[in-house]
Amino acid sequence: MKLVKFIFVGFVFGIVLTKSEAVSWYRIYEMFQFQSFHMYGIIMTAVITGIIGIQIIKRNNVKDYSGAQIEIADKEKGTVRYLLGGLIFGLGWGLVGSCPGPIFILIGAGFASVILVFLGAMLGTFLYGVLKNKLPH
Amino acid sequence: MEWIYHTWPWYISGFLIGLVMLSLIYFGKSFGMSSNLRTFCSIAGAGKKVAFFDFDWRSQRWNLAVVAGAMLGGFVAVHYLGDASNVSINSKTIEQLQEMNIDAPEGKLMPNALFSNAVFESPKGILILIIGGVLIGFGSRYAGGCTSGHAISGLSNLQLPSLKAVIGFFIGGLIMAHFILPLIL
Repeated sequence: MKLVKFIFVGFVFGIVLTKSEAVSWYRIYEMFQFQSFHMYGIIMTAVITGIIGIQIIKRNNVKDYSGAQIEIADKEKGTVRYLLGGLIFGLGWGLVGSCPGPIFILIGAGFASVILVFLGAMLGTFLYGVLKNKLPH
Repeated sequence: MEWIYHTWPWYISGFLIGLVMLSLIYFGKSFGMSSNLRTFCSIAGAGKKVAFFDFDWRSQRWNLAVVAGAMLGGFVAVHYLGDASNVSINSKTIEQLQEMNIDAPEGKLMPNALFSNAVFESPKGILILIIGGVLIGFGSRYAGGCTSGHAISGLSNLQLPSLKAVIGFFIGGLIMAHFILPLIL
């Protein structure tokens, strides 16, 4: 039953991403054409909310629900993997208009064709696992 | 309650997405959707061949629960909370899409030209969706995260690597939307 709270958080996430239309191919295309503020507004508000929340957590030593210290790991240092990996991801995002969260949400909503995107994403993840040690990071 | 059927404004949506991330931190976890793809590879048995997938996927059950909830949320939102006013994008965007033979939204989330079930009969359509998926899966693992892990979680924690990743996301997306899409559609 420990999983129920995670299902609930996911449920809220799925509703918000669908109702904000962040899962929509059209909205992503429109964003990359700079023809609407909508998507930029969503990302900006989410990040500002996150920054304020994380600062509150850090400055007040807020404990998590089980009473343990909250520790948010820093990302590993580096440049190549972030820029190059990010660029490859961006090409896919611009093409099919969905990042991993929306892939799951759209399949749940009944878009059967998005299963192809999911299978491709599994394949891409697998390829990375195979090539990991040969890639510059 | 009429608002619930319309497009939710960006400031409400963004705020709620921020809260989703913060609640996962409060539950002792972190917000990152692309890691689930690695978990699925591990469940499918990829760990026997490739060390990257050789981990105890059961430790990630909580994130799979988030995925299950998100799928359910998508189902409820699309089937019970939508109306014809949805996805009212810029009319200039619609004109541009028409030139590429992409149908206007008219309340739909996804264009039929790319995502209707007719795509299963079009080799080109199938290829576009699979290649897009491969780029997303490969790129997000290479960069160590996607929109949720870097753009939302990482930037919220003021991480420079995440800023680099997000710059990469946008360079890739802009190249695709401005130069490659017009060529292939």
